[in-house]
Amino acid sequence: MTARRVGEIGERRPISFQFDGRRLQGLEGDTIASALLANDVRVIGRSFKYHRPRGIYGAGVEDPNGLVDVTLSGKTSPNVRATTEKLVDGMVVRAGNADPGAETDRHGFIDRLAQFIPAGFYYKTFMWPDWHLFEPRIRAMAGLGRLDPTHEPPADSPQINERCDVLVIGAGPAGLTAARAASRAGKRVILVDDQTQPGGSLLYRDVTLEGIQGADWAQSVGAELSGAGQRVLTNSTAYGVYQHNLACVWERRLGQSDALWQIRAGQIILATGAIERPLVFPDNDRPGVMSAEAALVFLKRHGLLVGQKIVLATNNTRTDDGIDALRKAGAEVRVADRRSGAEITGVEGKSGVTAVWINGERVIADCLLVSSGFSPTVHLYAQATGKLRYDEQTAALVPAKPVSGLAVIGAANGTFDLGPSLAEAHAAGGGSGDVPIIDWAYAPYAIEAVWPVTGAKGRQWIDFQNDVTVKDIELAARENYRSVEHLKRYTTLGMATDQGKTSNLNGLATMAAITGRSIDATGTTTYRPPYVPVPLKIIAGRRRGELYNPVKRLVLEPQHRDAGAVFREYGGWLRPAYYGTGADQREIQREARIARETVALLDGSPLGKIEVFGPQAGAVLDFNSYNTISTLKPGRLRYGFMLTESGVIYDDGVVAKVSDTHYIVSCSSGHVDGVLMPLEEWRQDRFNPAEVVIHNSTPQWATLTATGPRARDLVARLELGVDLDDVSLPHMAFVEATFAGGPARLARVSFTGDRSYEVSVPSLAAPDLFTQMRALLAEFGGCLLGSEALLLLRAEKGYIIAGKDTDGTTIPADLGINGPRDKRRDEFVGKRSLFTENAQRTDRQQLVGLTVHSAEPLPTGAHAVELADGKRRSIGFVTSSYFSPVLNRPIALGLIERGLARLGEDIMLYHLGKTLRATISDPCAFDRDGGRLNA
Amino acid sequence: MQLFTCPFCGPRAETEFFYGAEAGKTRPEPASDVKAEAWAAYLHTNANPKGATREIWLHQTCGEFFLMERDTVTHDVVQSVSLRGDAA
Repeated sequence: MTARRVGEIGERRPISFQFDGRRLQGLEGDTIASALLANDVRVIGRSFKYHRPRGIYGAGVEDPNGLVDVTLSGKTSPNVRATTEKLVDGMVVRAGNADPGAETDRHGFIDRLAQFIPAGFYYKTFMWPDWHLFEPRIRAMAGLGRLDPTHEPPADSPQINERCDVLVIGAGPAGLTAARAASRAGKRVILVDDQTQPGGSLLYRDVTLEGIQGADWAQSVGAELSGAGQRVLTNSTAYGVYQHNLACVWERRLGQSDALWQIRAGQIILATGAIERPLVFPDNDRPGVMSAEAALVFLKRHGLLVGQKIVLATNNTRTDDGIDALRKAGAEVRVADRRSGAEITGVEGKSGVTAVWINGERVIADCLLVSSGFSPTVHLYAQATGKLRYDEQTAALVPAKPVSGLAVIGAANGTFDLGPSLAEAHAAGGGSGDVPIIDWAYAPYAIEAVWPVTGAKGRQWIDFQNDVTVKDIELAARENYRSVEHLKRYTTLGMATDQGKTSNLNGLATMAAITGRSIDATGTTTYRPPYVPVPLKIIAGRRRGELYNPVKRLVLEPQHRDAGAVFREYGGWLRPAYYGTGADQREIQREARIARETVALLDGSPLGKIEVFGPQAGAVLDFNSYNTISTLKPGRLRYGFMLTESGVIYDDGVVAKVSDTHYIVSCSSGHVDGVLMPLEEWRQDRFNPAEVVIHNSTPQWATLTATGPRARDLVARLELGVDLDDVSLPHMAFVEATFAGGPARLARVSFTGDRSYEVSVPSLAAPDLFTQMRALLAEFGGCLLGSEALLLLRAEKGYIIAGKDTDGTTIPADLGINGPRDKRRDEFVGKRSLFTENAQRTDRQQLVGLTVHSAEPLPTGAHAVELADGKRRSIGFVTSSYFSPVLNRPIALGLIERGLARLGEDIMLYHLGKTLRATISDPCAFDRDGGRLNA
Repeated sequence: MQLFTCPFCGPRAETEFFYGAEAGKTRPEPASDVKAEAWAAYLHTNANPKGATREIWLHQTCGEFFLMERDTVTHDVVQSVSLRGDAA
């Protein structure tokens, strides 16, 4: 090929770039592909399987060959499509699937082995002695592109939700006409196009519309739409249409991160055009064999004449204007028209066309342009449940039936002539008045279908990207992979990044001919999004790092940071794990020890506060709880479980009765949403929702808990306006108080086993309360208590964490709590499940303590095992394990088969190859009579 | 992404909703009269129909449970009715 620039575009700024180590120059406005062609680079990469030299075939998203790795500013992006990627100064481009370069690929020899690796070879060769011997080498050679592990694109892609009355996809003449008609009819319109400017085929075909040259007309319609406040998205590819008319659009933005638009449209108009099919003949994959329309695009949009001595092989009229344009630009064009019997029988030139055989005549040529007609771009229509039919007259798969909320117009609908296409567009847009008048000097679209011929000598390529030939399809048919979906998977026809944009119909027609079926009967594979490969970063959007799964944050976080807190996540909340700069275990032990000695202060704000109001509040809670709640006296608290209907413990917590019509459910901090939902569900589905209201006030209240022997002395200094003596406020009591002139709530409840007071104030008052309590701590020799030390203290008491010390099978009986099951006569959630055969099994795993006789705590998760026939069998596992500073020995909790009946028994544990021993004990290891609660 | 209709808030994105259960299941009770098979069916058996279906959904942003009739094949949302009987 001797491509050269022809002066049609005007002055453009030069741009330097590299390809396979060579320094080259392109011009502003070039794509990588046009710049490479202008530099006479013909081999742009190697094919996926056989490593055959390949060149640019198309001019846009349909090009199957031009996948390159691009390095810009030190970052490499693999598998960039050369025909759609704008050339940028300093780009370093490397050929795809080639090492070291496209011209000198070291795996080029594989093509000579082609007959040994036909379609599906990995199912039947390399099987002896063992496929796994060959697999690593074969896998290493497979795959396209080189990933740059250091390239982590920033998570800065915005995702924009938008709505409109009419979404028009494709800004060619049909799309523009439809969008303008809809806009003039007062509709809210969005027009999307993947090119840099509206116009579609008007940018390279010589058409006059309404007396204006096509490209100018497109410009003016675009301006009219923008002027009317409509949105025109260029450089934007609609890659998917989903349920209820949602379209996803990938917008490439200059100097900014790409964006994802999710557009919900009243109506979607698809004006997506059509893609030219290749003619299929031996060696039709040589670099320099190119789509005829692509040559016209390179000429008109990039000022690039792709060859000097061109053979143009066609079977239709849509190449007529291109032939004239190429000749006018100075090329010698020999036309080989199938309709007059001219057939291409061979192509010479390994790394670029040197000669073409036409009916046995050798013609010197540097470029072979081909057109086998056009395939409507029906991908989005088919994604939206559209079905296709084969149209004999246009030799194309066209939409067969209307899809609600969706219109397909123009070439995408198989309407290849501009006049009728614009009439369709005008009507689809709801236009009134006249359809745009066109002036087009060439014949209407006419085609004589040409399909691949089987049994020919030499290899005829159907799918360039996946190296599928006519022979591969014959092989698949012979081996009975005749369904198109099987054909696709067996041969890889139509797979990978281009999803058969150029090869689909040629492949189907070949299979139809081999099996003696019609094209309609052969069918098509399923079209799925995305239409083009889409960067994952636009789908991820900003959801990375902190925003991937945002944590809930404490109102007092700055104060905790100031106090030296080390934060960890607990049940979705970012909470102080411990305070101080020492080793974590040392600080945790220090906090736990001081909490038992004097007093410690814990931020318990994440603890759930679900308020239930109304005459039926007690009834709703009774039904949703294992323990009866409504029998509480006002001002008292009760501990209990919330079960699922399967009887499994979902959460445990404390409920406060403020009055007969007001309760506060204090559930686990990580379970607030999960507790709220069934409460609401039953409230609305079983009770009278007018007589009970449920409100989650967790974020509105901050809770600071003082725990330890000196807790009362500390809280007494806060001036909460309430009596703290044990008669007025005994353990498990609740009182409304005041703090700094505002409301406060004081609950005496303990998760540590020591006297504890939970002081709750509105979040805004929390800093003030924290400052006061922290100052008092110093006076009592107390300390701040992180979540880790709290977990340790509650484990000393055998208090459970639901979901940690229980699993998806644990029922109250497994904790030895059977009162409500045996006594309650009324219904409650999960009740029936407590009486099933499974619930009454005697070998259930039950919660017990585990005492070890070494200084080393048991590993959490270690399995308790017993030997049966010399084999280990798991009988449970360790759920919690710590070193207790107050007992000066390890403590642990576990779920063990028949555990409650085996107190005092020695068991064996197994963990990562090590055998350990422990004694089953009461879960409560400290202060078993509970004296410290009132000490 | 589908568009569901909350009887109180109108059409909203599918992600705002949470599936509750198939509509029309009645909780068998009292527990003492319920056979194990009936309880197991209540807990685990669903009709899971292809086509027209009636389901209870939660619109998380307003907190209301409601009945939605839709088609699992065509994805048509036929109608939404509040548990108190008001159609959207």
